[in-house]
Amino acid sequence: MNIRDSFTTSTKAVTANKTRSALTVLGIVIGITSIMLIVSIGSGAQNLILGEIGGLGAETLVIRPGREPKGPSDFGQTLFADSLNERDATLLRRKENVPDLVDIMPSVLVPGSVSYGGETYGAQVFGGSARFFSEAFDIFPERGFLFTESDIRSKATVAVIGSKVEDELFGEESAIGKSITIRGKKFRVIGVLPKKGQVAFINFDETVIIPYSTAQSYLLGIDHYHEMIAKTRGPEYVESAIVDITRTLRDSHNITDPKKDDFYVVTQQALVNQIKTILGALTAFLSSVVAIALVVGGIGIMNIMLVSVTERTREIGLRKALGATRKDIMRQFLLEAIILTSLGGLIGIFLGAVLSFLASIALQKFVSASWAFSFPLGAAVLSLLVSAGVGLIFGLYPARKAASKSPMEALRYE
Amino acid sequence: MPLIEAKLVKKNYPDGTEALRGINLKIEKGEFVAIMGPSGSGKSTLLHILGFLDSLSDGEYFFKGVLSSEYSEDEMAKLRNTRIGFVFQMFNLLARTSVADNVKLPLQYSNVPESEWQDRVNRAIESVGLSHRKEFEPSKLSGGEKQRVAIARALVNDPEIIFADEPTGNLDSRSSAVILETLSKLHAEGHTIILITHETFTAEYAERIVRLRDGKIESDERVKARRKNGEEFVK
Repeated sequence: MNIRDSFTTSTKAVTANKTRSALTVLGIVIGITSIMLIVSIGSGAQNLILGEIGGLGAETLVIRPGREPKGPSDFGQTLFADSLNERDATLLRRKENVPDLVDIMPSVLVPGSVSYGGETYGAQVFGGSARFFSEAFDIFPERGFLFTESDIRSKATVAVIGSKVEDELFGEESAIGKSITIRGKKFRVIGVLPKKGQVAFINFDETVIIPYSTAQSYLLGIDHYHEMIAKTRGPEYVESAIVDITRTLRDSHNITDPKKDDFYVVTQQALVNQIKTILGALTAFLSSVVAIALVVGGIGIMNIMLVSVTERTREIGLRKALGATRKDIMRQFLLEAIILTSLGGLIGIFLGAVLSFLASIALQKFVSASWAFSFPLGAAVLSLLVSAGVGLIFGLYPARKAASKSPMEALRYE
Repeated sequence: MPLIEAKLVKKNYPDGTEALRGINLKIEKGEFVAIMGPSGSGKSTLLHILGFLDSLSDGEYFFKGVLSSEYSEDEMAKLRNTRIGFVFQMFNLLARTSVADNVKLPLQYSNVPESEWQDRVNRAIESVGLSHRKEFEPSKLSGGEKQRVAIARALVNDPEIIFADEPTGNLDSRSSAVILETLSKLHAEGHTIILITHETFTAEYAERIVRLRDGKIESDERVKARRKNGEEFVK
């Protein structure tokens, strides 16, 4: 029997008992739908996070004070480390020290909330350089303007605020020109950022940016930085810049033993790789849970195929009497199982795509406006192959059983 | 060389039943043989062995001079497909499958080029007089019509020999007559027919009657077919 006739015969058998076929493939449908959902949401999350980090660019790197954390317990010491200061920033800015560096921005985090009139809002307050922020994240005030380098030098009490901060504190009014209070100090709002959502771990809508010098002197009373974000000439210069930065800072801090470094450099690429690894592991874990569902679905298929082989014993006997070989019968029943599971796979892919699209709409609303739906084509192709594979594996035993029936015994079967 | 030659063929079932206890039988090409006997005499078992549907326990069976044990499983399937046509008591038609598709079934397992299928199916259906029922499903046919479809299916690959196992066992006498006339027409066209029956009326179409009892041949006599094409010409 040629493959086309086998296919027609098997399809006919599958469609002859629609309800049973539908119930049989339900396990596969659920399994494949879950895989599609997991992979789609997983890759959506990955794209979102990578997009945010990508907002910072592969050419940027972050210099942090303290020892490089080797484990969760090490993070504490970096919070209190005070080893990076203005002198370091000045040294790093010098071309002869780090030729591949284009710009460097010291930054400090100010804990606490922001208030205006009777309203208080728990915004994230950053001391940084508004120009650097704008360029690195491609975000410019919707209204008003950014503070300048001279504002930083003069420790001006000015702030650029996010759209949500404005909404929470000022309601319908415009914040431009008004004074907000941060840790008891008044800052004049000179710019309002457009609605942007989450970018590189910073939700710009909930952020207040003030000159880092002002934050250091007037709000925190410190002369060190929490980190320095540096921009190199391009991603290919990151490695050489790290070498130069490390040398410059070791000279400046009189460190001869690399083990005693009181700073460390984080590249965006390292961060990207780390996140990819974590998300990959998570997706793999969830997928292996789903694999169990597929095995259960496969057993269901095997069960029904065995019932079907028994029910159709006489048909098998007849086909053999009319000239069907063992291979013909085997192929017919295997194809039937594969058609069943592939059908389940296709339905699962469709349902998975629809559900993950709906999920992406919800996630856009509740998690991040920049969450994008992505149809995981690779996972869809793989799902189809996996479901066909489940049919092949779990259809093998019933098909062998059918093929090995003696024609006479099969014909006599009542 | 006889078409079929059985030498001391025995068949024992695992439960200890001795269905055949040494059958010696020669059938020449073009014969119309009726195998008769009470139920349990072993006639169906003999037919299954001669038709390569079952294996023998002891003895030798030659089909066209070749020992049956020399055929591989696939070769036996090919023999059943091309050289042998089966007609069963229970018709064994595929449900929800048109008459034409039922008749086509043996062609799907054959080497006959697909371009010839339609023509062969039409000819086979026409030869049993069911052209007007071609697209019907078996459930819409009468018992006699179903058996004629089964005969058309047995004919479609133009076999040398047709094995009919109680083909009229489930039919009324009028339908039975039509089936037997169809078989005798095929015999007249040169096909070898081996018919199993326990009805004397049915056996009257054959030229030779082999009687079995308890797994052995009780008698083997040549008779002049007393009925042909519906008329009784020898009493």
